[in-house]
Amino acid sequence: MTPILEVREISKFFGSVNALQGISLAVRAGQVTCVLGDNGAGKSTLIKILSGVFGPDRGEFLVDGSPVRFTSPRDARANGISTVYQDLAMVPLMSIWRNFFLGSEPTKGWGPFRRFDVAKAKESTSTELAAMGIDVRDPDQNVGTLSGGERQSVAIARAIHFGARLLILDEPTSALGVKQAGVVLRRIAQARERGLGVIFITHNPHHAYPVGDRFVVLKRGRSLGDFAKSEIARDELVRLMAGGAELDELSHELERPPPELADYPVDPAETV
Amino acid sequence: MTEVSVTLPDERLARTSRLTRALRRPALGAFLGAVVVFVLFALTDQQGLWLTQTGFESWAQQAAFYGIVAVPVGLLMIGGEFDLSTGGMTGFTAIIAALLVKAGWNAWAAIAVTFVAAGLVGLLNGYVRVKSNLPSFIVTLATYFVVRGLSIGGVLLVNSGQSTVSVTGGTHGGLASAKAVFGSSFGKNSGLVNGYSTEILWFIAVTVVAAWVLGRTRYGNWVLASGGDEIAARNVGVPVRRTKISLFVITSLSAALLGVISFTQSSNAVAEQGVGNEFYFIIAAVAGGCLLTGGYGSVVGAALGACIIGMALQGVIYAGWDSSWDFTFLGAVLFLAVGVNTIIYRQATKARR
Repeated sequence: MTPILEVREISKFFGSVNALQGISLAVRAGQVTCVLGDNGAGKSTLIKILSGVFGPDRGEFLVDGSPVRFTSPRDARANGISTVYQDLAMVPLMSIWRNFFLGSEPTKGWGPFRRFDVAKAKESTSTELAAMGIDVRDPDQNVGTLSGGERQSVAIARAIHFGARLLILDEPTSALGVKQAGVVLRRIAQARERGLGVIFITHNPHHAYPVGDRFVVLKRGRSLGDFAKSEIARDELVRLMAGGAELDELSHELERPPPELADYPVDPAETV
Repeated sequence: MTEVSVTLPDERLARTSRLTRALRRPALGAFLGAVVVFVLFALTDQQGLWLTQTGFESWAQQAAFYGIVAVPVGLLMIGGEFDLSTGGMTGFTAIIAALLVKAGWNAWAAIAVTFVAAGLVGLLNGYVRVKSNLPSFIVTLATYFVVRGLSIGGVLLVNSGQSTVSVTGGTHGGLASAKAVFGSSFGKNSGLVNGYSTEILWFIAVTVVAAWVLGRTRYGNWVLASGGDEIAARNVGVPVRRTKISLFVITSLSAALLGVISFTQSSNAVAEQGVGNEFYFIIAAVAGGCLLTGGYGSVVGAALGACIIGMALQGVIYAGWDSSWDFTFLGAVLFLAVGVNTIIYRQATKARR
């Protein structure tokens, strides 16, 4: 099966800084490719290339097997590649249905009476969210009143509604608690089951492993490898992410008993 | 494998109560405020006029005077911007119309030119704001002073040193029909010999159109988004800059409408008229639940805010108090409104985590 999107040996330079060097990855329909990396690994640069913000300086960029060159995120969207950024592009003070169609509002009527088809917008929002199994009690609710996970879910549902066949999710779980992150991982699994390709960018291997089919690990702009799930165990992924030896050293350091806790002065409040 | 948890619907929030829904409405505070103020002045009325047509017409006309501009100012504030030049603009536009009519222009042509001039000032405000990225407070403060100086200096220059431009007496083409449209009255009856000012109809029209635009058009959605989160709005393809510039134009046009109404009502224009009114417009919009930081507010709220101001100005007279208390009263209204609106705002944005 031809990948929806494939990049081969792409590099990006900012002046003398080598932000990305020789990165390759591919996503097929119904597949989740996780891009893992610590801060400064080049994840943001990669997302921007994949979503069309800027092009790579070297390497091939293929959509459905044929080379393309995106000049704006709009080109990417036209090809069904939709990016859900960390800030989600949602306005907290606006209702869910207003946010859902923001910038692409359905209209009815003509001339000066052309208006936002509110009934249709509300209905489509509810239907689309329900199809994703998202329980939103009231589409009139402001997005600001939703939890972080719910907001991510709405943003993902929105991208799917507007014809995405490949979702690029930028750190969707990083700001969330355990339970909320679970909600988002579930959405990713659902999107995959609906036959979408997903690029899941994260620094958390524990979030990536359960939903991922392939794992690309970035470090300082280079790829440490592209693994199928069968080729790599979770622990190995964790070690790779944190840089193996460094992690060992860190855990060794942290495992030392804390310095003489008993010597610390007792909280005066407790002695009263 | 990590356990992927399923969140069950939170039973405590499974249904939104009517109260919560009501508390989410930005116009609620203004509505309650208007009711309270109405009752207050009904009780303090010493002249027995508050509950008559005369009383209603008096405050409604003042409400209309402030509301015609307060409503677009509210829209602008929802769009995240601010305009201090509106008060100066009402005088400036009245002067332009008056001078042109006095110079022998047909009144309709004069009014058309007035609106075009106002539109250009709004365009300038918006364009400078968006291009320079300076706060709209500064940009429109500058416009305000320029316009104010222009209307005083300009009038003295071309009107043989007189600061009042009067077109009473003599015949002026189109003035009678323009007056009928902008500055006359309707519904005369035995209880109200002079009838209701047409200004009230304009106020209602402006409110209805603005409410429809904000609530039911794409443009309205863009206004909310531009004020709520500019970057998010731009990311999903909302033309934020165009939206903001157009809001400045609309605000200036509404000031011109008020200028034209004032001019046609009295057939004269005074150089400094309208100066200081920008604060009343802003008070009305804020009292109506429009957030100074943008993204939240209501057109109906701003209109109700204007009603509160109209009622206060007239109610103080009927109560036999000194009219200096107007300012204190409006200041208190502003304080109260901000307090109530903060509660409503929190209700609307309360996040569950």
